[in-house]
This record gives sequence, C-alpha cells and structure tokens, in this order.
Amino acid sequence: MTMENAHATAAFEYAPAPESRSVVDIAPSYGLFIDGEFAEAADGKVFKTVSPSTEEVLSEVAQAGEADVDRAVRAARKAFGKWSALPGSERAKYLFRIARIIQERSRELAVLETLDNGKPIKETRDADLPLVAAHFFYYAGWADKLEHAGFGAAPRPLGVAGQVIPWNFPLLMLAWKIAPALATGNTVVLKPAETTPLSALFFADICRQAGLPKGVVNIVPGYGDAGAALVAHPDVNKVAFTGSTAVGKEIARTVAGTRKKLTLELGGKGANIVFDDAPIDQAVEGIVTGIFFNQGQVCCAGSRLLVQESVHDELLDALKRRLSTLRLGDPLDKNTDIGAINSAEQLARITALAEQGEAEGAERWSPACELPASGYWFAPTLFTNVTQAHTIARDEIFGPVLSVLTFRTPDEAVAKANNTPYGLSAGIWTEKGSRILAVANKLRAGVIWSNTFNKFDPTSPFGGYKESGFGREGGRHGLEAYLDV
Amino acid sequence: MSEMSDKPEKTGRLSVFKTYKLYVGGKFPRSESGRVYEVTDPKGDWLANAPLSSRKDARDAVVAARKAFGAWSGATAYNRGQILYRVAEMLEGRREQFVREVAEAEGLSKSKAAAQVDAAIDRWVWYAGWTDKIAQVVGGGNPVAGPFFNLSSPEPTGVVAVLAPQESSFLGLVSVIAPVIATGNTAVVIASEKSPLPALSLGEVLATSDLPGGVVNVLSGRTAEIAAPLAAHMDVNAIDLAGADETLAKELEIAAADNLKRVLRPQPVDDADWSAAPGIDRMTAFLETKTVWHPTGSLGASGSSY
Repeated sequence: MTMENAHATAAFEYAPAPESRSVVDIAPSYGLFIDGEFAEAADGKVFKTVSPSTEEVLSEVAQAGEADVDRAVRAARKAFGKWSALPGSERAKYLFRIARIIQERSRELAVLETLDNGKPIKETRDADLPLVAAHFFYYAGWADKLEHAGFGAAPRPLGVAGQVIPWNFPLLMLAWKIAPALATGNTVVLKPAETTPLSALFFADICRQAGLPKGVVNIVPGYGDAGAALVAHPDVNKVAFTGSTAVGKEIARTVAGTRKKLTLELGGKGANIVFDDAPIDQAVEGIVTGIFFNQGQVCCAGSRLLVQESVHDELLDALKRRLSTLRLGDPLDKNTDIGAINSAEQLARITALAEQGEAEGAERWSPACELPASGYWFAPTLFTNVTQAHTIARDEIFGPVLSVLTFRTPDEAVAKANNTPYGLSAGIWTEKGSRILAVANKLRAGVIWSNTFNKFDPTSPFGGYKESGFGREGGRHGLEAYLDV
Repeated sequence: MSEMSDKPEKTGRLSVFKTYKLYVGGKFPRSESGRVYEVTDPKGDWLANAPLSSRKDARDAVVAARKAFGAWSGATAYNRGQILYRVAEMLEGRREQFVREVAEAEGLSKSKAAAQVDAAIDRWVWYAGWTDKIAQVVGGGNPVAGPFFNLSSPEPTGVVAVLAPQESSFLGLVSVIAPVIATGNTAVVIASEKSPLPALSLGEVLATSDLPGGVVNVLSGRTAEIAAPLAAHMDVNAIDLAGADETLAKELEIAAADNLKRVLRPQPVDDADWSAAPGIDRMTAFLETKTVWHPTGSLGASGSSY
C-alpha cells in the first residue's frame, strides 16, 4: 500500500472528548512519605514533575537522598515487628480497604496518572486502574491463606523490602510491589521514578484513609541515587526492581554477598510471531496492542514482529491501514490511542535508535500524523527489511517502534524469537492449537500470549527468562519473592 | 419482641415487628403453604413467626438455584470475590441487628453474640479471597508422559442443598454457605430449625450485596421435611448434611444416591461455635475437577535449539 492510500483510509475527524481534570486536585508541592507523615528531604532538595504532553509543571516534589532513605528504612524496620505479628486476616482487611479505596478513587487516579505519565486516559481508566485495584484485592486474599500457598505450613516474611519502580506504569508497578509485600507481612520503602512520582504520593494518602499503621509503607521519590541508596542499605532484607537491564545488573552486583533476596523485572525484546494461517485482522489488532499500547513503553512489548513470508505483504498492508487510523494527541482525550512519550530523555533515546535503524538500512514508515507543538511525541513507526543484526532488532527501544522480520518455517521463527539476550514475552498467532503449544514450548520467555497480546491479571505470574530478570510477580508464585523460603 | 427492641413503657412508642419471610430467587416470598411456626428464644419467649416451608417451597428454590447457576458459575472469580466481600461490607453495617438476633436466638450475652457476628463477617472476607485462588491450589498443569498440554481445573458442581447447623444459627450458617457459593455453586439453604431468624435476615443482606437472585435461597421450617425432597431431587447436585442428626443424615445420604449427589456428611466441629479457622474442605467437597488434553505437536524433524 502506498502512503496516498493510507491517507485515504485515515481521515475520520473526531470532536475532542476530554476527560475533566477537575476530578483531581494536585497540590503545588509534596513531601516524602515516611513513618506516616509527609516530610521535606533532609537537605531540602526538590524536583519538578511535568506533564509530558504539555511540559506544564504539575508539582514540586521533595527529592530523597541517602539520609531520607535511611530514615524511611528505619521507619519500616520499626513497623515490621507489629505488622508481621498481626493475624493474616487483619492484614488482609487493610489490603481489602486499600483495594476498595482505589476503586472508589479510580477516576481521580486515572486522570492523575495520565497527567503525570502522558499515557491515554483510555488506558489508565480501562487498564491501569482496574488492574491496580484487582492486584490489591487478590493479594489481600492471600494474607490469611499463606499456609495454603505451597511454601510450608507457616511461611515467614523477610523484613523490610526496598522497591524501585519505573515510570511506564507508575501505580500498577507500585501495586505489583506493595500488595504482595504487605500481604506476606513485610514492610516497604518504595522509590517511584523521578518523572512519575505523583500517583505513589496519592497512594500514601490512600494508606492514611485505610488506617494503615505508620511506617508500613514509606514512599521516597527521587532519582537513581536514592534508588541506589535504598538497594545498598544494610537493613533492607529484600530488593525488588523493575526497570532497565543495565540497572538490574548493577543492583545484582550491589546485593552480591549479602543475604538480601532479589527479584528483577527488566527489559525485553518480545517476538510477536504471525503464522500464515493466522486470522489477519485479529493479528493486526494484537500487533498494534503489542507495540503501541502505552506508546510501546512496555517491557513486554511485542517489539519484533516475526511474520511468515507468505503473508508478509498482506499483513503489512493491513497493519499500515490500521496504523493510519490511530489517533495521537491529548492523552486526556477519550478518543486518543497514542499519548505522549514520558520524558524528553526517553524521546531522545527513541529518536536516536530510529535514526540508527534508518542508517543501518531498514525501511522506515509512519502514518501521516501531526505531532502537537509542545510536549514529547513520537509517531507510530515501523521498520521493514530488518535483519537480526540490526540494532533495532536487538536493543530495547521502549517506544512506539516496531521492527518487522520474516521467517519461513516454525523452527526458524523459534530460532529468531530466541535470538536475544532477553526473554520476557512472546506472541503466537495461528489457528492451529498444537502449533501454539509446540512453539510456546520452545520459546525462552516468561509470558507467552497466543492469539492475544499484553494481557495481565493479578492471578497470573509475570516475569522473565535470561536477562529479562528473575522472579515472578503476580499469582501464587508472586508470594515467593516476599517469603523466607 | 425482645427487651432490647420493645420498650413502649420507656419511649411511649410501640416498635414495628418484622415479618420474617423466605429468600428465594432474589425475592422474599411467604411459604406457598401459608404455614408459619413459632420461634422462641431459649427461655421460651416468643420472638417471631417464621415461614414453615413446604416440599413445594423446596422445589421452587431448586428451580431458582438452577436458573442462577449459569451466570454465577460463569462470572469471573474476581467478580464473585468482589460480591462476597460486599456481603461482608453490608453485614458490618448491620452488625448491631445481627448481634441482637444472634443473642436472642442462641441465648448468648451481647459480647458473645458480637464475637460470633464478627467472626461471620470475617469469614465472608476469608472466602472472598478464595474465589480466585482455589484453582491455583487444587488445579494445575500435569506433566503427562507425552506431547500433550494437560491442565486440571476445578469447577463448581452445581446446585447444592445445604442443611445449616442447628446450634450455630449465624456463624455456622455463614460457614457453610460461603464456601459453597465462593466457587460458583448455587445453594438452597435450610436454616437452623429452632433459630432461623438470623438466616432469614441474612437473605436481606444478600439481596443488597450485588449477589444475583437465586444464588442463595433460604428456607425455614422443619429440617427433615424440607431436606427429604432436596436429597431426592434429581436437579440437585450435592448436599451438605451439616444440620442433620445421625438418623436423618443416613436417610438423606441414601436418597442422595439416586443421582449420585456429592454428599458432605456432618463433620465433628471442634468448637461447637464454628470459630475455628476453616480449611478448604468445604470448598473442595463441591468441586469437580476437569482435565483438558491438547496435543502440543512438534516443530518438525530438525528440532530447534536455543
């Protein structure tokens, strides 16, 4: 299909349908949340958090340093004794309260998350927030059932958990970290990402509403140095990190030789494999979900499309047609499919990798797409004629960029899919059930979606093989990371 | 009624008595037979007239439970958990009412009755958390010796007749209802014969907890009279005999054999007041295990390496 044809099918005009901002009240400044109180940083440092879609400053947030992290760990340690000694059924009820309050305040939190992160309101409203509440609800139920979880008759918590989370799903990653930690009787110090601290600070207020004892949850917004201080703190018993593979390796080195339990959920370069018998329209939707959900800033994104040669042209035509209908713009608009990139830094990284893709000889295509004048934006992009040697087929881009490769046989598809140091996710599209299972058996990845993509559920374990990290979050398996087993 | 609710001499106002009715198919009918029986406290003082359910009421309740089964068993486990938790929320709000009813029904002090009600609320919370976990504890993949994907999952057995415990009119009642419906079964419950009022009031809570009508149906009356048609009913899949004495339990188990109902015999309850933490046996008693096989195929002679 040519660009002209793509244009012809693109143009449905939509009237703006913005979600109201009035549902959320963002204060001009926020403190660290330590021992149940909001406090300034010891050295008085603050940083600004901006809306990636407008570059408007949303708030000024206290910036945790080493002294603040130390104070937070002490608070968590102090709270650990009583918290871990509570009957599981009482811990459960705190978590159920939190789940219910998140449900009640979900519209407010969805708008907040969209403002601070830049992702479409459609996603925060329909994916992030329902999953956050469900995650707390699910782990609430485990708190008084740990003896049934398969980790022994009376599994014990580890102590203080130091948790560092990324900016792509700020509140969801907080839920993945905090819910299982508290259910199992640990206390936590959590560092949100510097570009998206606000939803974690609103969560602190939810802890207050739920009557959670002081010090059980401590939130220390800050930069990498605060995360490093937390991970290295000698009184932390458990480290959980979600983020880049490079930082994950650094953390693994930091905790070497200690007794700290470590789980890492890192990068990915997921293969989305489309066989010639796949239902093309359904596959196209899955490919779009796989790489353009959350602007591709997803560790399990299907960033490599492996398509069987015989259907390559047909699939690419359909995919380009579909991409031409995606609406990029105001993340608060309920029609918006593609929001803003989270930060200038991330935009620069995506831009540089895409340019490298072109320079190395891959063929670049984007639908006609007007980018807003302010904020951080990147048009949905796909590359064809990509080989396995290309940088864009090897490096995690963490943006709305799809690299298309081809294969002829299932064996070749498997070999190419596994030809990466990562192993987080993969997709398989075929009408043949036995082929799904045979291919899934051979893939070295922690989550395999067949005839669907980017599905998440609190009951379902998530995590990687190889350099995508280790440990699982979610499900019964997710308890293990926080138990002394 | 009771000394707590009926003090015209002090307030100068006569209280309004509640007409206790059955809870069937989400509605509150009287017994189709038009019969009632006198319910008293342990001292013999009149508390209320409760419906004396007939065989026809029992059959109507089975129809309602069957009708509700498809949607309830087909709801997501998460959704069922939310609804069971909502029951706990609603009960918490009507805690004082149940404390009074349990105290009157069982002749307990207010503090002992309160402990029973609190434990019953927490029991709903406990089972709310089980809806989406039981499959992870009793199901799972099986490593069969062949190229097959093989997965076993629990499924609800269907309509369960429940004879609620005779002595523990509320905590015992909740302890037998919640595990049955947590996993997706629907229930026809026979309340404690001599203390049916907390059970009939529970119907009012369930009706306002987003629980679909027909998932739980509550009958009051003579246990033996109502249980006989339920045990013999060909559209009832299982029966919990918690509230049956030894003789009745044997009779009902024999009747239940006609369509091979799953039978949970009366269990010795350690604490007669049902306060001990439950295990998972009351759930697994009413679960089927479904095992699905699917070939995994092979990728061809060359195999692949990684």
